[in-house]
Amino acid sequence: MLLEVNGLCVNYGRIEAIRDITFSVEEGEIVTLIGANGAGKTTTMKTISGLRPVRAGSVMFDGKDITHMPSHERPVLGISQSPEGRGCFVGMTVMENLEMGTYARPDRKSPAVKKDLERVFELFPRLKERSNQAAGSMSGGEQQMLAMGRALMAKPKLLLLDEPSMGLAPKLIQQIFDIVTEINSQGTTVLLVEQNAAQALKRSHRAYILETGEIVREGTGKDLAADPAVKAAYLGGDV
Amino acid sequence: MQYLFDNFWALTITGLTLGAVYALVALGYTLVYGVLRLINFAHSEVFMYGTFAALWVVTFLGGNATGSIAQVIFWIAMMFVAAMAMSGLIAVLLERFAYRPLRKRNAPPLIALISAIGASFVLAEIMGLREKITGWFGLDTPLATYVRNSRNNAGMPEIITPQPVFTLGDYAVTNVDIFVIVGAIAIMIMLDQFVKRSRLGRGIRAVAQDPESAALMGVNRDRVIQVTFLVGGVMAGAAAAFYMLKIGITRYDAGFILGVKAFTAAVLGGIGNLRGALLGGFVLGLAENYGSAIVGTEWKDVVAFLLLVVILLFRPTGLLGESLGKARA
Repeated sequence: MLLEVNGLCVNYGRIEAIRDITFSVEEGEIVTLIGANGAGKTTTMKTISGLRPVRAGSVMFDGKDITHMPSHERPVLGISQSPEGRGCFVGMTVMENLEMGTYARPDRKSPAVKKDLERVFELFPRLKERSNQAAGSMSGGEQQMLAMGRALMAKPKLLLLDEPSMGLAPKLIQQIFDIVTEINSQGTTVLLVEQNAAQALKRSHRAYILETGEIVREGTGKDLAADPAVKAAYLGGDV
Repeated sequence: MQYLFDNFWALTITGLTLGAVYALVALGYTLVYGVLRLINFAHSEVFMYGTFAALWVVTFLGGNATGSIAQVIFWIAMMFVAAMAMSGLIAVLLERFAYRPLRKRNAPPLIALISAIGASFVLAEIMGLREKITGWFGLDTPLATYVRNSRNNAGMPEIITPQPVFTLGDYAVTNVDIFVIVGAIAIMIMLDQFVKRSRLGRGIRAVAQDPESAALMGVNRDRVIQVTFLVGGVMAGAAAAFYMLKIGITRYDAGFILGVKAFTAAVLGGIGNLRGALLGGFVLGLAENYGSAIVGTEWKDVVAFLLLVVILLFRPTGLLGESLGKARA
């Protein structure tokens, strides 16, 4: 198991954001967490990256207990996140943003970084065209690509993608999901959070459904997409 | 008005030297604000400690106006090293003991602000009571040269006599003027490059723009904050050394008005914006001089703050706009 989340509880003040959730991600998989707004998806992602303190339970990564590890040490292990709302450094250029992705890499000065940059530019040719532009002056779709590209520059073992399709035009959503599949086929494990459940289920090996901070269902992407209850609640009736 | 025209160049050059000092101190306010959204009101004391370090080291080395060129260079170098080290140290200690404990307990920003004001008084009074404090340990006699009359002005022996180098209009620009202006600009360029190119500089910008994303990239926020205080302190130390070369007199409360002016410069240029702080410093230095030439020197401080009020009325985010975030510093 690359990632094992066990009985995780996280609070915001006195409010329980997530309660006793248990799930796992195996190497090579795309796993999706789906759920309505406020179900606890983003909290889960932030907790895996160490941005939220854990009240109970544990997070294991690559066989190591990282439950209380400071957030800035986690990218070194191979956890990288493209956060909800993209979180681009708007005052930096596209290139500087991508370079920030390598901040924690021990081999950040090696030629390997250049190769990874080329790979990111292959996945997102738009970023190459805009490499000297300020990130803040780009469209939402471009910033999403930048956030994903930046996360990839960390050369992660596990890529966390929080709502990569949020606020994007349908054509672009399709493109982003294609790229997620492509990234995965190149060997990066992906944990995805999505509201666009139809697309996400179609693309992922397995998925978990979160409701008000608890996991209520799990299964393969295919099975969940075919499940009538899931269809009714998350897929608007048809896939 | 006629006075302004008659003395235009004198006012300009002294305005620029003063502005350089404001700008260097303003950098510390703006850097810390950028990463912590905190106005570090004790930064004025960080500057003041630098002036004393400069004074003490020159006194200790027996600096005087008749030194050889090699001696003068040595004195000035030691003065800068001492002032920058002292101010950097005070700034880092301030962060470690006054702000970090509050941050760890998630204290509201207002608490940190009050803590800043408190720290400012503590630091100033320690300097103002240094004769008494050293007295507790029986050190006031051996250290008399450094601690005597600790509530009065302390003057530094003159180590370079201002000598005219060239004239602009009627004003003879001196070697000290040139040194202060050119030296300050050189240090500013170094800082700009540090923030723009170095890994830690990038970390500072990342934390300023988006602390959570910065953490996701592996930026250690505590370390970045510490480095930010250190860099801001070192800049204030350089300002202190320039100030002592130009003015030559300091006191335990010398930081106060200068700190408020430097803070004004930071806000004027756009708090959180590095280049804004530099611009704000120079604009303030010049405006203060020109303004006081028109309405009278006793109105100097009023002119400075009036300028702030007027600019903020029309541009609430300052001349170059807010935060280190947006600025491509």
